[in-house]
Amino acid sequence: MTARILLPPNPKVGVKLDIRILIQHPMETGFRHDISGAAITKNVIHHLSFDLDGITLFSGELGTGTSANPFLQFSVILPHSGWLQLKWVDDEGNTGTERVLCNLSP
Amino acid sequence: MKKASFLDPTKPSGSDSAHSISSPGLRGSWVCFLTLTYLLLTSTLHAQVLGGPGIVQRSLMRSGISFSSADLRATQSDDSLNPSFLWIDQGQRLWQEGSRSNTLDHPSCAACHQDSQQSMRGVSMKYPRWDKSTSRLINLEGQINACRTQRQHLMALPHESDELLALTALVSLASRGLVLSRTLDDDLKPALSRGQSRYETRMGQNNLACMHCHTQNAGQHLGGETISQGQPHAYPAYRLEWQRLGSLQKRLRACLSGVKAEIWPFGSQELTELELYLSFRGEGLAIESPGVRR
Repeated sequence: MTARILLPPNPKVGVKLDIRILIQHPMETGFRHDISGAAITKNVIHHLSFDLDGITLFSGELGTGTSANPFLQFSVILPHSGWLQLKWVDDEGNTGTERVLCNLSP
Repeated sequence: MKKASFLDPTKPSGSDSAHSISSPGLRGSWVCFLTLTYLLLTSTLHAQVLGGPGIVQRSLMRSGISFSSADLRATQSDDSLNPSFLWIDQGQRLWQEGSRSNTLDHPSCAACHQDSQQSMRGVSMKYPRWDKSTSRLINLEGQINACRTQRQHLMALPHESDELLALTALVSLASRGLVLSRTLDDDLKPALSRGQSRYETRMGQNNLACMHCHTQNAGQHLGGETISQGQPHAYPAYRLEWQRLGSLQKRLRACLSGVKAEIWPFGSQELTELELYLSFRGEGLAIESPGVRR
């Protein structure tokens, strides 16, 4: 599973950044049935967190109302430069991570 | 109205009209002139080699995205919103690494083709092409798999697998913004005319041809949807209905299912011929791959 973390170009110290996250995931709701009529097991990303060098900036509980390949955006003023890390875990116990280095210019 | 009266021999030429023509010889030359002008105009409008009832006039051609909502247009126009780029990222990894063991026997795509966005520019619009060695029409997916089996000595990727879509999308991305144009080689002609007749022939329990919706009724509504012109220039595309990236052939199969016709298998000559016809029919549109559709 792939994920993308998108930062605005030239992030600056003390300026609000819009961070966009896109994760490749089927987000199976558990409400659907396959071609033979059997229920498809629910499998959604139920927990997601976003850290800067171990400090949690953002975390969320997602549910069945979230689309496949979820897209999230949040705003943050970063205290310092560092590694931004995204972590998530789904109902099947699969986990995923993606990280990106953010260098703030003064 | 005046134009019609020039061509109508039953209408008496009135002396009130400044453009009236009295002598039959002169009238004949007017008809000749108008016919020539018409031919000249239509030949510039249709630089493409195609005729027939399935084509859309060049000046009326519209991208599929123009039938979509403002939200969807915004999603396609911003690469950081476009979910197809999840597959592009995957494609870039596959392009570099090929097989896990990047050896002489199993070279990566990059080992021969270097940077995909440089070397593959304009390549996607040359497909489908006629493959002389197998005497078959092959599309871009077929070419990627041929490269994998013959040059990389790897297994062919299954149709609609994430890996194959990722590589197809990456190669198509290199042509984004270029104007779709094709050259008609002699060996493509029979396949193109078969593709054209598939587009124009009624099929399925609903007894509809592609052209009945996508040429004659494009822009009209079908249920809650607006019917597009059936242009191929954004595929592989992320469709909200699929919640994933899909190939043009997958889209064509969805239409075949819609008219309750026989659904041709992926990679079949029938689908590839239709794909070939659509690529000629869509000449003049700028390539949008990887697009976003409903």
